Amino acid sequence: MATSLLDVSDLACRRGGRKVFERLSFGLAAGELLALVGRNGSGKTTLLRALALLVRPDAGAIRWQGAEVRDEPEAWRGRLAWLGHLEGLKGDLSVAENLRMAERLRGDPSPDVGRVDAALAAFDLQTLADRPVRTLSAGQRRRSALARVMLADVPLWLLDEPLNALDAPAQAAFRAALGKHLAAGGLAIAATHADLGVPCRTLDLGIAAPQRAPA
Amino acid sequence: MSGFAALVARDLRLVWRRPGDVAVVLAFFIVATTLFPLGIGPEANVLARIAAGVLWCAALFAALLSLDRLFAADFEDGTLDLLLLAPWPLELAALAKCGAHWIVTGLPLAALAPVLGVAFGLEPEVLLALAATLLVGTPTLSLIGGLAAALTLGARKSGALLALLALPLCVPTLIFGAGAVEALATGGDFGAHLAVLAALALVALATTPWAIAAALRQAGE
Repeated sequence: MATSLLDVSDLACRRGGRKVFERLSFGLAAGELLALVGRNGSGKTTLLRALALLVRPDAGAIRWQGAEVRDEPEAWRGRLAWLGHLEGLKGDLSVAENLRMAERLRGDPSPDVGRVDAALAAFDLQTLADRPVRTLSAGQRRRSALARVMLADVPLWLLDEPLNALDAPAQAAFRAALGKHLAAGGLAIAATHADLGVPCRTLDLGIAAPQRAPA
Repeated sequence: MSGFAALVARDLRLVWRRPGDVAVVLAFFIVATTLFPLGIGPEANVLARIAAGVLWCAALFAALLSLDRLFAADFEDGTLDLLLLAPWPLELAALAKCGAHWIVTGLPLAALAPVLGVAFGLEPEVLLALAATLLVGTPTLSLIGGLAAALTLGARKSGALLALLALPLCVPTLIFGAGAVEALATGGDFGAHLAVLAALALVALATTPWAIAAALRQAGE
């Protein structure tokens, strides 16, 4: 097996005084996809947010190429693309504006037009490119958000329920984009209830964490 | 720095798409200040005496009126996560948001105040002084208000809570802002008041971005 780029060891998280998960360890090598499964409330979203440093873990280490990511949080954030349960799109901006703006906010002052067009095309959004996002359906918004993730061109994708609201052609488009990302040596971690349809490793977070942590 | 400029540009563009939000704030400022001459009556001495205080208080309330959406809109559509995950300091993002807020509220308020001051029978030089104090003082209001907005993010009745948090912190700015105009009318030292006002703005500039960033990280958890 290839050496892993991302190493998570003994990670533990508490939310509101209760233990969500603990002693969680896994490694992920280039080109690998990790599917997070488990019941509602088992901590899939919390784990994704902890990996993105949006939630402070209580214990454990997250290492990228051997270096603890919390030592250089900005460099780490530069390697992530994020899709949460909220799309992260501005309703008053068009789809294309949202994509360009997301790239500018990542620090690229003039996103390449060809790359933006390619991301739009990958999710069949060309005809919607100039529509304000607030006029789109839930599935169309999800596709726009996935196009934003794809456009970021970073090694690690963190996806929370990426297939939500997607119809069959959109799911196929997502699989194609994800497959391309993995084939190029990218990594992805996705919390999901559905079959992602791409070869992956699975991490089962189990049933919902107990209401109270044992003493 | 390009991320900072992009965020300012984005917020300005969003306001441009929905000009009504800013128009309401400016209309509130106009209506609130014109109520005073109507309520107090046409006694030129009294009106000129209270003009600076009234205009400053109304500007403060108007600025607060627009602040509760400053971070709440980003929080609700998930773009706050993108700011938290941007590979540049969140403190700069906080500053960019407050800067954009100042451009769309502080600047127009400072430009409108002298026009409204005419209704209070103020002299031309006092009108200019009033605009100058608002120009120097309103950045402090945007920064302190931004901090209150970040702290109340996700809270119920966040608007009322925001005002309760921000108003006491804005008292020094209010005192020296209105005091500067007063000083000019009574032959006091206008420059000294303005300098204190600028110092307050610099203190806010040097401290609030860090506090806002910390509050936003907390809200993101």
